[in-house]
Amino acid sequence: MRARVFITPKKGVLDPQGKAVERSLHALGFAEAHDVHLGKYIELSIEGGDRAQAERRTDEMCRRLLANGVIEDYRFELQD
Amino acid sequence: MRWGVVTFPGSNDDHDALYALDHVLGQDAVSLWHKERDLKGVDCVLLPGGFSYGDYLRCGAMARFSPIMESVVELARRGGFVWGVCNGFQVLCEAGLLPGALIRNRSLQFICTPVQLRVEETETPFTNQYTRGEIISIPIKHGEGCYIADPVTLEQLEENRQVVLRYVDSSGRATPEANPNGALNNIAGIVNAQRNVFGLMPHPEHAVEKLVGGEGGLRLFQSLITAHADGTHRPAAAVAPGH
Amino acid sequence: MRIGTEPVSKAEALDHGLSAEEFARICETLGRAPNLVELGVLSVMWSEHCSYKSSRRHLKQLPTSGPRVLQGPGENAGVIDIGDGLAVAFKMESHNHPSFVEPYQGAATGVGGILRDVFTMGARPIANLNSLRFGSFDHPRTRYLVNGVVAGIGGYGNCIGVPTVGGEVYFDAGYNENILVNAFTLGIVRNDRIFRAKATGVGNPVIYVGSKTGRDGIHGASLLASAEFSGEAEEKRPTVQVGDPFTEKLLLEACLELMELDAIVAIQDMGAAGLTSSSVEMAGRGGLGILLDLDQIPVREMSMTPYDMLLSESQERMLIVARAGAEEIVQGVFRKWDLDAAVVGSVTEDGLFRATFHKQEVVCLPVGLLTDDAPAYDRPANPPDDFDTLQVLRLDRIPPPGDYSQTLLRLLDSPNIASKAWVYRQYDSLVRSNTIVGPGSDAAVLRVKGTHKGIALSVDCNSRYCLLDPYVGAMIAVVEGARNVVCSGGVPLGVTDCLNFGNPEKPAVMWQFTEAIRGIRDACVALNTPVVSGNVSFYNETDGRAIPPTPSIAMVGLLDQLEHHTTQWFKAEGDQIVLLGRTREELGGTEYLAIEHGQVQGAPPWIDLRVEKQVQQVCLQAIREGLVRSAHDVSEGGLAVCLAECCITGPDPHLGAAIELEGAIRPDALLFGESQSRIVLSVRKRQLGRLREIASAEDVTLTVLGEVRGRRLVISPLIDVDCEELARVYYNALPRRMAADAQPSS
Repeated sequence: MRARVFITPKKGVLDPQGKAVERSLHALGFAEAHDVHLGKYIELSIEGGDRAQAERRTDEMCRRLLANGVIEDYRFELQD
Repeated sequence: MRWGVVTFPGSNDDHDALYALDHVLGQDAVSLWHKERDLKGVDCVLLPGGFSYGDYLRCGAMARFSPIMESVVELARRGGFVWGVCNGFQVLCEAGLLPGALIRNRSLQFICTPVQLRVEETETPFTNQYTRGEIISIPIKHGEGCYIADPVTLEQLEENRQVVLRYVDSSGRATPEANPNGALNNIAGIVNAQRNVFGLMPHPEHAVEKLVGGEGGLRLFQSLITAHADGTHRPAAAVAPGH
Repeated sequence: MRIGTEPVSKAEALDHGLSAEEFARICETLGRAPNLVELGVLSVMWSEHCSYKSSRRHLKQLPTSGPRVLQGPGENAGVIDIGDGLAVAFKMESHNHPSFVEPYQGAATGVGGILRDVFTMGARPIANLNSLRFGSFDHPRTRYLVNGVVAGIGGYGNCIGVPTVGGEVYFDAGYNENILVNAFTLGIVRNDRIFRAKATGVGNPVIYVGSKTGRDGIHGASLLASAEFSGEAEEKRPTVQVGDPFTEKLLLEACLELMELDAIVAIQDMGAAGLTSSSVEMAGRGGLGILLDLDQIPVREMSMTPYDMLLSESQERMLIVARAGAEEIVQGVFRKWDLDAAVVGSVTEDGLFRATFHKQEVVCLPVGLLTDDAPAYDRPANPPDDFDTLQVLRLDRIPPPGDYSQTLLRLLDSPNIASKAWVYRQYDSLVRSNTIVGPGSDAAVLRVKGTHKGIALSVDCNSRYCLLDPYVGAMIAVVEGARNVVCSGGVPLGVTDCLNFGNPEKPAVMWQFTEAIRGIRDACVALNTPVVSGNVSFYNETDGRAIPPTPSIAMVGLLDQLEHHTTQWFKAEGDQIVLLGRTREELGGTEYLAIEHGQVQGAPPWIDLRVEKQVQQVCLQAIREGLVRSAHDVSEGGLAVCLAECCITGPDPHLGAAIELEGAIRPDALLFGESQSRIVLSVRKRQLGRLREIASAEDVTLTVLGEVRGRRLVISPLIDVDCEELARVYYNALPRRMAADAQPSS
């Protein structure tokens, strides 16, 4: 099974990279772009076929290592 | 007093911390390898600066899972001294031994420069040799040193006087201009509620000799040596540290 | 998969960048046409980048030996003895083309490569420097390139824990399409523990250590650095390597740990042309052969061909010839650091470079053909057509400034003169606790732990002078480096150079190159500073326009007593300000002429190597006698800029100066001319007499200019500016330009 994990800065947490990218977009004439946030995208394969377990394990991976709950939110998708 | 300096893969200032402790301060200092669990009977573990595991994923995120960190957490819980500098501070936050987190500098750039710090709290084993409000100069060198915490945690830190060092200008004011990385409340260093775990972004090990960066950080080490010798610090053991 | 064992055609050889003559010579030597894998090997080893085919015969002119030289050119780095059983290993190398294509990774891997060159010698790297050239700020890509290169240098150096303690940065439209990134590393090694890259001992195992091999950077060296750019550089992006400083840090520690054990016979970095050049060069130095089993190479991707494996420029890899039986020792150390170590071949006596893949021999070439017998050309060299007209400067047609204070401020605002703090603040200059004088003074000074000694480092080149007269320009690059080292209290020991030029197939470029070599030779001979390592980078040229000739010189000096270290800024009110050396009426090639009059014209400043030596001698002796409070060499922007820097580059509060200038020459030449062999000192008043004695013994002109006083720089009667105003302009020039709105990447 393939997991696709999306990690984004927590709402309200300072995001200097997002701000910088937004400024650059505006400078390039993309005035309509707003609310830019930079996160991380992680792909991984999970052995074993039990979807419920894969979901549980991926969630645990996110909580323990992949995301830092103090500053980041996460969500993930599983694909067969 | 016996000190241990942890070497994670990617630690850089471990040599410098050992040099400061051993050559400059004449302390008994040993190197601790990340794959081991034995703390070799040290009284204080210092987690040095550098880029543990390349700072890939997040600064300090992977180092906290090293075997040695199990023993470090255990030492902290028993009331032993744990001190994190720069990357070490990041590891302590990731490990939950200190509250909050350190994110990219406001400027998005790595910054290496001396900064002025105001000593906010002297009733800690790490700062007892300073006077409250004293201004010292210690260099910083980091790309992710912007301290943040949620408003409740931040308020608690201030209320409990856990904020030990703050970035200030030369006249001692904690202004936005004096803040090199965007840290909330200009926070440069904090202790946990029990005051036996200390994390700071500036590098005191690079400020212990007149010839090399000045002596602004010397008394941080001397404070802990004093506290250890006096046995003055009696941490509230068995209380869960951190958040 | 095409393994590539069929003979290739001439057309394929031409596609690989070989000439028809070169291909014919190969066929004749081998008695057959090479196969595709062999063609790949030959094309990289015969590329300009690896073979130095246009420069080899000229480089022989350089002085490379001396009583302190333990290793000259030809190894991974040069080594010079500093006493106490210690030596310094150092080298500088270019990473120009990759940095233009992908600035962050290009610069980062440049730093990674030069670090490996130094620690393969057994040296612990303690300092990085860099010499950077960018286009002008009106060029749309400049800020993007500056940001990327600086972040890349910092990203790599900071992460691996080696301080970046100095360097130089210039901006000139001549580099708009060809930036220069020259990276320097110096390490400390015990002089009885120097490791070299000479394979010996038939049957000894060849061991691959470090990162796995991927397809990155295939033909990076041969194509990118051995041909001109056209407008299509963007498309070459996939061949640029990606750096992994974390792995390199592990590799560094593992190699140094292994070097403490008796296991290594020879060791070499897999840099340009990776596995091929490291094997071939080690075999070549030992007069032996190497047989590789490509099935043993640790690979990152499936289905890599022999061609891919032999030409890959994946980073953070080393090749070791170990003592037979020491395989376990090597693997044990690398296992501790979580790195790959695989036995991939052995040393043979047949003098051949052979490789097998799936039990089939895919390469069989004489090592000699790839090394010593590679082509060497004596290319035609002629001065450029405009050489004579460039040198003409009619001073009577240069109007003097209306307001000298404003001119000084405009010079301090020039990105070539202004503070580079915006750049060097992004580098960790402190790690390893040796930095006594960091970036922002004439030379960096580092202590050598366990001794009373210090190392002084400077990198210099004024390419405008080199464009106007490459012989004089190259001499000045050498003597300025030495002067910076002397101003910091050190004795110049030796040089590494990075020679950046255009297309050597053009006689004008070749002439610039040969003239520059001549200049470096004469200056290095006069100053007794041998060239112990270096690198040539040709083809810095886009759409037929070459860069200004840029022979960057890194000078390494030694302080016998660390307490002699000296900085450039004024120390105390009342100190006397003194100029050593004479100011001539000359303005050719000056920053003043470029900024105020828009001209790059005239002969560069006059240089007399004998006078230069005397001035340096006086400065050094005065420092050693403890007379000198500050020393700063006079360079771009002339005396006025030099004095301003003495006022404002120290810690707050800035100290002013009261100067009385008189002279029989034009005031703008007096203030902004760039006459060589000049140093501004500040000394206590009571020590002025002794300084005069030293100067007169060496026959050096000494002028008392004035004294350190107040908070203004006053040069009567022409200049009067508050130090804070000078500092504001000087420190804001780069941040202001870099902060301009975001720029697209192309």
